[in-house]
Amino acid sequence: MTALLTLPVMLPLVGAALSILLGRSRRVQRTIAVTTLTAVLGMAVALLVEVDRHGPVAAQAGGWPAPLGITLVADRLSAIMLVVASLMLLAVLVYAIGQPGAERNHVGFQSVYLVLAAGVSAAFLTGDLFNLFVSIEMMLTASYVLITLGGRLEQVRSGMTYVVISLLASVLFVALLAFVYASTGTMNLADLSSRIAELPDGLRSALAVLMLVVFGIKAAIFPLYFWLPDSYPTAPSPVTAIFAGLLTKVGVYAIIRTQTLLFPADTRPGTLLLWLAGATMVVGVLGAIAQGDVKRVLSFQIISHIGYMIMGLGLFTLGGLAAAVLYTIHHIVAKTGLFLTGGLIEHAGGSSRLTRLGGMVRTAPVIAVLFLVPALSLVGVPPFSGFVAKFALVDAASARSSYAVMGVALLVSLLTLYSLMKIWISVFWSPASDPQPAAGPGPPPGEPLGGPLLMVVPTAVLAALTLAIGLAAGPLYDLSLRAAADLLDPAAYIAVVDR
Amino acid sequence: MTVLLAATAAALFSIGTYLVLQRKLSRIIIGIALLSHGANVLMVSSGRSGRAPIIGNGRADELADPLPQALALTSIVISFGVTALLLALAYRSWLLSSDDEVQDDVEDDMIARRGAPDDELAGAGDPSEPDEAVDDEPVAGEAGP
Repeated sequence: MTALLTLPVMLPLVGAALSILLGRSRRVQRTIAVTTLTAVLGMAVALLVEVDRHGPVAAQAGGWPAPLGITLVADRLSAIMLVVASLMLLAVLVYAIGQPGAERNHVGFQSVYLVLAAGVSAAFLTGDLFNLFVSIEMMLTASYVLITLGGRLEQVRSGMTYVVISLLASVLFVALLAFVYASTGTMNLADLSSRIAELPDGLRSALAVLMLVVFGIKAAIFPLYFWLPDSYPTAPSPVTAIFAGLLTKVGVYAIIRTQTLLFPADTRPGTLLLWLAGATMVVGVLGAIAQGDVKRVLSFQIISHIGYMIMGLGLFTLGGLAAAVLYTIHHIVAKTGLFLTGGLIEHAGGSSRLTRLGGMVRTAPVIAVLFLVPALSLVGVPPFSGFVAKFALVDAASARSSYAVMGVALLVSLLTLYSLMKIWISVFWSPASDPQPAAGPGPPPGEPLGGPLLMVVPTAVLAALTLAIGLAAGPLYDLSLRAAADLLDPAAYIAVVDR
Repeated sequence: MTVLLAATAAALFSIGTYLVLQRKLSRIIIGIALLSHGANVLMVSSGRSGRAPIIGNGRADELADPLPQALALTSIVISFGVTALLLALAYRSWLLSSDDEVQDDVEDDMIARRGAPDDELAGAGDPSEPDEAVDDEPVAGEAGP
């Protein structure tokens, strides 16, 4: 049992080390990375089955008992996130191998990517606030390298913004850890949940708000989102896809985990979170409408959709949290798929600017389908995953009579449709208004699918997955409900850590 | 001792904040380094102070709390690594543009400028007017004195 908790973190790290040692052969590196991530995916599924059947599991690193040592815990939420994350990591890795340019020219890509995988797994599995900091740093340090991979001027420019903002968040995180330790004397999440309850109200609110700021920067919620659309689009497209799918969601996971586990039920900042959620949704989608580049439109939409997850959390009801979990699953799959399609558009059309692209529904029909499926899913059209997730969210909001935020959510869905249709019309339907002289129309010869097979297949798998989530909505919603029940009543989580 | 540490942390935070708000990347990096030192000092001061925490060096309640020190060490190592990366980035930026100034987002500027003609239309009436005015100005300036 312990192995299932430690190996998803250890295996990618071992793989990363091996990958550096065997850097001469790209084929060996690829084999190592694909094998490792497949193994992690298998373990994540096994962990989810185990946790769903028998409740949370915990492992104490080095055999030190709970409040002293580093605890790894998995409850349903962490296991679900781990499964989705490792699936995305694997799909994007295959895509990166297929794409000319991104991974082929860099010896370090595979190992840095595996470190990122280890960081993401560790962030989901950790039961210790300081270890959460270390995992997030591990993930971020890998992301600093990936985002500037290639070292072009605009990458360096946007990479600097990204690194500096992330570092400021890390400094605040260390300050938060210092305050938490000074006031409670522990870093273990399960231990903290009982000790924070004994603190005076003012101190507790200060800690809660500082946590919200620290994780809010990572998750890009309003008003701390500005760095995201600036830095994501310049990275190579598989890198942007994995960032879009996972990095902000680690922030969302940390917000959900800390706000539900650490603070007593009567002091949760529900109304504040709902306001932030509404503002995040509106600002993100308005930004998306104004943009003129595929990747930038999609980046602003990430922000907008983070708002939906925070809204589910802000309701603090069983239905709301379940909807937040379901929405996170849906969003990771649909958004990663959309960004992978964005990479395909760039590959086939030679640019990602809306004015330079056009008529791709004829020249690359496969890409058109691969774009339309996750796009409709993101908007919330049945039978795709977005419909189920949004329906659950709206249902939960109306059950709690939060009609204002419910109205905002529905309006933002419409605006999301508008911004995606803007891409659809200018890239796929209409002729290019400002065609590039260099790039010929349509995909390079010999690629009837619009791109190399290894790029198209992972994208198609994600598109199929978003349909599958929509069709298997019943069991998935039940699983999310059970995960939400764990979050609202963390007694089992605390008990398994203390044992 | 605690007051001294708190004052050090406060000073580091304020100088760091000032430097981070500058435009040159080299200053920002120094600012980030100072900020993370401030956070580390804060971290060290969060535990009980006392004698060196080694077994046999005194009773348990006389010893300093070793945990925050270990945590601070970890975070120093992390900030060291990331600062090195930032310096490499600044060097790269200098190689590419012989400048380490942090530039604005070009896309953002373009989108912001797209809104500008509407304002000018509403104010000036004729969209071709501002261009002519710009052309005329230097001539008028030279003729004046």
